[in-house]
Amino acid sequence: MAKGIIEIGDSSFDSEVLQAEKPVLVDFWAPWCGPCRAIAPMVEELAEAFGDTVKFTKCNVDENPVTPTKYGIKSIPTLIFFKDGKVLDKIVGIVAKSRLQEMITNT
Amino acid sequence: MKNVDYDLVIIGGGPAGLTAGLYAARARLKVILVEKIVVGGQIVISDWIENYPGFPEGLSGPDLVERLTEQAKRFGLNIENNAAVSVDLSDPVKTIVLNHRTVTTHTIIIATGASPKKLGVPGEETFYGKGISSCATCDAPFFKDRIVAAVGGGDTAVKESLFLTKFVQKVYLIHRRDRLRAEMILQERAFADEKIEIIWDSVLTGIKGLTHVENITVQNVKTKEEKTLSVDGCFIWVGEIPNTKFLADGVKLDKNGFIVANLNMETSVPGVFAAGDVRNTPLRQVATAVGDGAVAAFSAGHYIEKLKK
Repeated sequence: MAKGIIEIGDSSFDSEVLQAEKPVLVDFWAPWCGPCRAIAPMVEELAEAFGDTVKFTKCNVDENPVTPTKYGIKSIPTLIFFKDGKVLDKIVGIVAKSRLQEMITNT
Repeated sequence: MKNVDYDLVIIGGGPAGLTAGLYAARARLKVILVEKIVVGGQIVISDWIENYPGFPEGLSGPDLVERLTEQAKRFGLNIENNAAVSVDLSDPVKTIVLNHRTVTTHTIIIATGASPKKLGVPGEETFYGKGISSCATCDAPFFKDRIVAAVGGGDTAVKESLFLTKFVQKVYLIHRRDRLRAEMILQERAFADEKIEIIWDSVLTGIKGLTHVENITVQNVKTKEEKTLSVDGCFIWVGEIPNTKFLADGVKLDKNGFIVANLNMETSVPGVFAAGDVRNTPLRQVATAVGDGAVAAFSAGHYIEKLKK
């Protein structure tokens, strides 16, 4: 696993994301999803750059079906940015790195 | 000869751009490839490519991207994650405005590809990512044992509908004409697949639901009869629009917005070439894109050689 990205799941979602002190980015992905593989390096780069202020996490939707359903995810990659347990921003599909950066810096 | 940053700037990192980069790097041109999102282009979302020669069993889109990228990098191709914002092609030395920097170059290969076209029907934007999709490999497992619709009749629509059947209970394939346009082998498979029901001569007219797609309305173009189908998802594969916005009126486009280029991939502007899906080509495949890329790089090299004489 890449430096600074924490693997989370249904059981740890509350403590790792909703209760977190820092804002949290959750990357919902699955091993069969090509575009998820394609954006992973971008998320890793952002984790290196912004890891001090933002917590970077990833959630495998195959192994953790509850959380994606709760947030109405029907398409991956989906990236959701949480702050104080609330959804601040959501990106569906592949986007430019600048848009991802905008999501985590516009807070 | 004037001092410029590059011999060649390739805009777009799909199969056409990566192949142009491979050939240009081997020709020892001073070249850079600029890709605004991720390398690979549309094949990143392709589950399985079985008509690219040399891979008898086929291979996944992301695997092919990795191979293409590795091969181009092996010969020293420099790939930059950046977007072309605008171009100035009025001078023999061309200027490209990227994010945070501007570069000059003798030649440009435009390989920016195309994006899935939208239908513009009510609900399409609202439910994007909530049941509306154009990526079966990303989203099919979310519709396990459900009923979905697919719109289109070309290679992508039929191929991806067949992929959907691995997961879903049923696919309504909605096509506006009375025959499909896809490769015959794909048509044969679709007709033989019990999970695919083709709704001929019909267009999608609306998408409805509360928080997610729940039903769609479909109209028969001949009888004008409209019916509602209960579906959990709707995949839209109705062709492509070329990614040429950054060019403004810089090069000649055809009536559908694709770049007009000749057999040497030359556009209306000397020193500017086009390759792959963005070009006015009769067939948009990986096999044709790589051929375009090779020719475009060769033509760019030839152009630069003449300049240096």
